[in-house]
Order: sequence, then structure tokens, then C-alpha cells
Amino acid sequence: MKNIFSRRRACAALLATTTMMVTVAACGTSGGSASSPTGNVQFWTLQDPTNTVQKTAVDTFNSTGNGKVTLSVIASDGYKDKLRTGMGSSKMPGLFFNWGGGSLSDYVKAGKLVTLDKSLESHFLPSALDAGKVDGKLVGIPIRGTQPVFMFYNKKVFTDAGVQPPQTWSDLTNLVKVFKAKGITPFAVAGNASSSWTELMWIEYLVDRLAGPELFNKIQAGDWSQWKDPAVLKTAQLVKELVDSGAFGKNFGSVSYGAGGTSTLLNKGKAAMTLMGSWEYAVQQGEAPEFAKSGMGYVAFPSVDGGKGDPADVVGNPTNYISVTTAAPSKTASEFLKTSYSDTYVQGLVDKGEVPVTTNAKAMLAKAPDPAYANFQYDLVSKAPSFTQSWDQALGLTLGTPLLTEIQKLFNGQSTPEQFVSAVSALKK
Amino acid sequence: MVSLTSARLVRNRKARDRAAPTLERPGVGWAIPGLVFFLVFAVAPMVGVLYLSLTSWDGLNAPQFTGLANWSRFIDDGQIWQSTLVTGVLLVGNIAVQAPISILLGVWSAGHQRNRAVLSAIFFLPLLLSTAATAVMWRQLLDPNFGVPAKLGALFGDSNVLGTQKGAIICLIIVTSWQFVPFHSLLYQGAARAIPNTLYQAAEIDGAGRVRQFIHITLPQLRNTMVTSTTFMVIGGLTAFDIVLLLTNGGPGTDTSILPFSMYQTAFRTYDYGYASAIASFLLLLATGASLALMKISGYDKMTSTLEGL
Repeated sequence: MKNIFSRRRACAALLATTTMMVTVAACGTSGGSASSPTGNVQFWTLQDPTNTVQKTAVDTFNSTGNGKVTLSVIASDGYKDKLRTGMGSSKMPGLFFNWGGGSLSDYVKAGKLVTLDKSLESHFLPSALDAGKVDGKLVGIPIRGTQPVFMFYNKKVFTDAGVQPPQTWSDLTNLVKVFKAKGITPFAVAGNASSSWTELMWIEYLVDRLAGPELFNKIQAGDWSQWKDPAVLKTAQLVKELVDSGAFGKNFGSVSYGAGGTSTLLNKGKAAMTLMGSWEYAVQQGEAPEFAKSGMGYVAFPSVDGGKGDPADVVGNPTNYISVTTAAPSKTASEFLKTSYSDTYVQGLVDKGEVPVTTNAKAMLAKAPDPAYANFQYDLVSKAPSFTQSWDQALGLTLGTPLLTEIQKLFNGQSTPEQFVSAVSALKK
Repeated sequence: MVSLTSARLVRNRKARDRAAPTLERPGVGWAIPGLVFFLVFAVAPMVGVLYLSLTSWDGLNAPQFTGLANWSRFIDDGQIWQSTLVTGVLLVGNIAVQAPISILLGVWSAGHQRNRAVLSAIFFLPLLLSTAATAVMWRQLLDPNFGVPAKLGALFGDSNVLGTQKGAIICLIIVTSWQFVPFHSLLYQGAARAIPNTLYQAAEIDGAGRVRQFIHITLPQLRNTMVTSTTFMVIGGLTAFDIVLLLTNGGPGTDTSILPFSMYQTAFRTYDYGYASAIASFLLLLATGASLALMKISGYDKMTSTLEGL
């Protein structure tokens, strides 16, 4: 009776447990790469208003017998973390939504992505494909509309004040005074730490207007010393002037982006304007449909006097992309990519207020829910000499994350323009 | 009667003596499931983290051994020491706020009156909410334009509650306390109910009032529970980052970027798993050290009972 578990039995139990764990681990690693041309593919996508269009496309595709695509909708905040973790593991998705640029280069270097067929390019506008290429190889094709950043404004607030939207920087600073006097926040900006990308948009536009797109192109290409360019310091000083003059109100540091935050401020007339990507329209449609339809105006970012940049330049997300990993069965993936420029998919996007960058999109814009809005964006993008991708996307998260923190400190007054320049310059050793 | 009782006592003692030799310690084999679990899920990851802290790893390619590079960077990193300071401030703030409230609440709810039972049930509701739900709810409540601060301008000034370091830290303490006071109250409630009634009866005979009873009987009797509860708070404070992530995201700037949050951000935002592992190892050291110190200071390791002499 003594020692119910003898030492030998204990060893056997330990061995059995170990064997079990090894087996489980082995199960986990299978499925890392696909062998048969058709099969099941996980498609990870970001939660947004176009998910229903993607769902329809997936359902239609699944009935064609080329394999099965499963759509996983992932909420905005955790998407990039989850993707990165997934890409390093056996649970790698076969297809995934992304922002192109820097977000893909790590995956390409690690050999996780499939180079796509050149023939796909003919279905899309060339300018929209640039961020989908890494080292000249096509690894992502557009899956959503173009998302330029521009100024949205509340028409009623402007009519009541008897003013016009800004065309120049001095217009803009005058409007700050007008709206402040009326107790309206001139610009809604989301300054809480999760939303500092809304502050980044101001920096991107100001740098582009002051120095032109070449400055950031050089930085993106790896010349980090370009942050010392006087235009960056000037940008930071302009931001500080705006903050100090009350252009963003006093409590923007606690404001969140979107419904319940900046979007609500705009549609309730508590703020006059907001600098935001074109997706603001869809957010407003969800929260205040009447406002989206008739109460919201939009205008390009104003010119800045004495700046070298072309006032027609645009920043934002040229578009979002879909990429294929080595985990996807090749035929299923390549067949599914075809849906991204199919008439029904493009029409679905147009119905949601998107401006797709496919060659067949132009004719459909007339049938958009708000043709004027669709054409405004289309014209903005097609006439822009340069379309700079959002910096955090272009640089990738490793550099983009600390950059956003520094921008936040500048807006909060936690660092001076000079400190901002030196802190950002020091981000990359 | 007397002889009968003593005879039974003797018989009982004899029975016990007979039984004693068969009561031996259980075989070492019984410890194996627990040991394996501990090895696989605690020791192995810790060793892994220590190893990773000596490498440079982006999570996609194989880790590169870099020796002590991460650690020398760690020591020169002003941000880390600021994070350590903020972690300490939050920790002390949380204990200072939560401990008194949960002791009072726990002792109060230990009473068997019906209204206390009903109210306690309501007080314990936050325990049922996940941290994510708690954080999202509080973020809405604290919204400067559409939340509580907008309605109570006199109290909140320009209502930029999450946009300043002081405001953000106070918010974090309030929300964490709101979430965890019920748990600690529950600990104290149980402990307070276990205090023998005879102590209070004796005190009452001696003429001690309610306050004196609380100070001289209830508090000393709760000593071990205080150690348990404080240990939970310290370890929880050193490892909890979810509320920071969801409520302030480490902001404004890096003002509430506590160590676990820095670790998360280094690992999962900037993909520097090697350096993140160094931060994790430091946290591990800190948490182990803190809980050991707590045991030593409080004499909890001696496991002396509060019921001695009863």
C-alpha cells in the first residue's frame, strides 16, 4: 500500500504526458503551408462598414466550387497585433486585409507572402497599386475604395456663422477665431492615446504643403536624417500655434475618434470641421444618416502660403489591400482575388459610398448613393500629383508607433516643437 | 456518568493511537500532475522569457542571440524607469484607496441583516463585468463632451480628464478600485464572518463600544486576510495592463505607460520581442520580490493562527 505511485509508474505518467504534449504540438504545426490547389482559406478582414459586401462576395465565391473561404471579421484595435501574431504561427490566414506599404515589407522579408500575378494589375488604377508592391513585387491588390484625407465640415454651422470653408492657411486661422468666439470647437480632433493617428493627419498634410511629397519619400526610403529638415520644425510650430489658439478646443486630449467622439461632435455642431479620411462618410451614415446626406460638407486641405508642396497633393490611404500567404491553396486564392474587381463587388463598394480604384469603377460612380461625394473624391485623387500613404502605414508599426506617441506629446504640449524634432530624429538609431 | 465519559475518552484516545501509524504522508507521485502543470505553464515560459531577453527577435524570423544587449539598453532607458515609477504610483494609490474601502465594506456586509445581503449583492456586481466592458463603459462615462465631466463642469474644469497625467492616473485608480473593491470586500466578508462571536461578547461585557471592538478585535483578526488581499493587489497591480490599454492606452504621451503596458507595446506593437522579454523578466523579478517581502514583513510565512488561545 505504501506509495500508491511507484517511481516507475510516475516516470511512465510523465512520459505519457510528454508524449501527449509533443503530439499536440505536432498537430499545431500542420497546416502551415498548403499543398492541394483548392481548399479552405481563412480570410481575415478589418471590421468596417464594407464587411457586408465582403460577406456577399465570399458567399457567392463559396458556391462556385473553387474551395471555401471563411471570413473572420476582426475589430479595429486588435487587428494588427492579431495579424502579426497569426503570421508568425501555424494559424496564419490564407488571405488578409492590410494597408500595404510598411505593413507588408516584414512579411515579404520573412517569406510569408505569395507574389501575385502581374495580369491582375490591368484591372486597377496604377497609382493605387504602388503601396501594394514591395521591392517591385506585387503582393497586395486593392480590396476597398480609395481613402484620401480631407476636411469635413458642418454646413449649418458655417451658414449660421456666415463663413466659407478654408482655401488657404490664413482662411483657416481666421475661422479658428470666428468659431471660438461662437463657442464652437473649430476642429474636432481625437487626441486620446488610442486615436493619435487623427493628429498625424495634420502633420502629414502640413509637411506635404510646406516641403512637398519628396521629404517623406526620402524618410520612408530610409533617410531618417530628413526629420531635421526645417519644414518638420515649421510644421510642429504651426501645430503648436493651432493648439495654443484653441483650434482643437481644450479637452481634445480626452476625445476619442468616431461615433461618441469626433464624428458626434461634428454632426451635433459642437465642432465646425474635422480632418479625416473619406470613411468618415460611412461612419456618419451609421450614426447620423440625415447629416451624412445633406448636412456635411467637404473640401480639400487648404494651401499653405510659401510652401513648396502642390496644394493638389493628397495624403491618406491610397486604398486597402488583400494579400495572399503561403497558407492558402493557390487556386482558391487566385480565383477569390478575381472577385475584388468583379462588377458586383465594385458596385457593392460604390453602394457603401466607397470610391473603388478599379478600372470599371468610373461608370458606376454615377449610381453611387451620393454621386457628388464619390466624384469629389475621384477628382481629388485623379488630379493629385502625389498621393502620400499615411505615415504610420508606410513606415510600419515598429517606427510608426513611437512616432504617434511623439505626435501626441506635441499636441498635448508635453513637448515643444524643438523637442518633437529631436525626439523623432532619435527614433531610429 | 463521570466514569463512563472518561472511559469513552480513553477508548477514543486508544483508537486514535492505533490509527496514527497508518497515517503516512502520501507518495510523491501525487505531486506529479501539479508539478507537471507548474513546469509546463510557469517554469518553462519563465525560462523561455529569460532566454529571449538575450536575443533579438521580431516574431517572424528565428531569434538572434545578442548577449546582454537588451539589458544594457534597459538600464539606459529613461522611459523604463519612468514606467517603473508610474507603476509604483498606481500600485500605492490602488492599495491606499482599495484597502480601507474593502475592509469597511467587507466587515459591514458580514452582518446577517437582510438589507445588507441585498446591498452586498448589488455592490458585487462589478465582479461580473470583464475588464474590457468596464473600460469601455468608463471611457464613455468619462467622455469630455458627452460624458459625466461635460455635465459637471464645476467639478471637472475643462473636462480633459484623460488628457493630463494627473487626471489619467486618478481615473485609472478610480476605475480599478471600482472593479476590484468587490473582490477584496468578498475576502474580508468571509474573514469577518469567521471571527468567533465570543470575542465580541467578551468585549461587550468589558464595555467596549462598536469602534473599539472594530479596532481591537476585527482588525487584528483580519490580519491574515489583509496580507492575502494586499498580495493580490500588488501582484495584480504589477501584471494588470488591460485597463491601461483600454482606458488610456498609456497616454497622454507615455504618462500612464506602466511596465506591463510597455512590455505589451514593445512586444506586440513594435515587434521587439527580445527587449519586451527583458521588461517581462524585470517584472517577474519585481513581482516575486514584492510578494516575498510582503510575506516576510507580515510574518505570514510563519502561518500563525489568529485564533491562538481560544
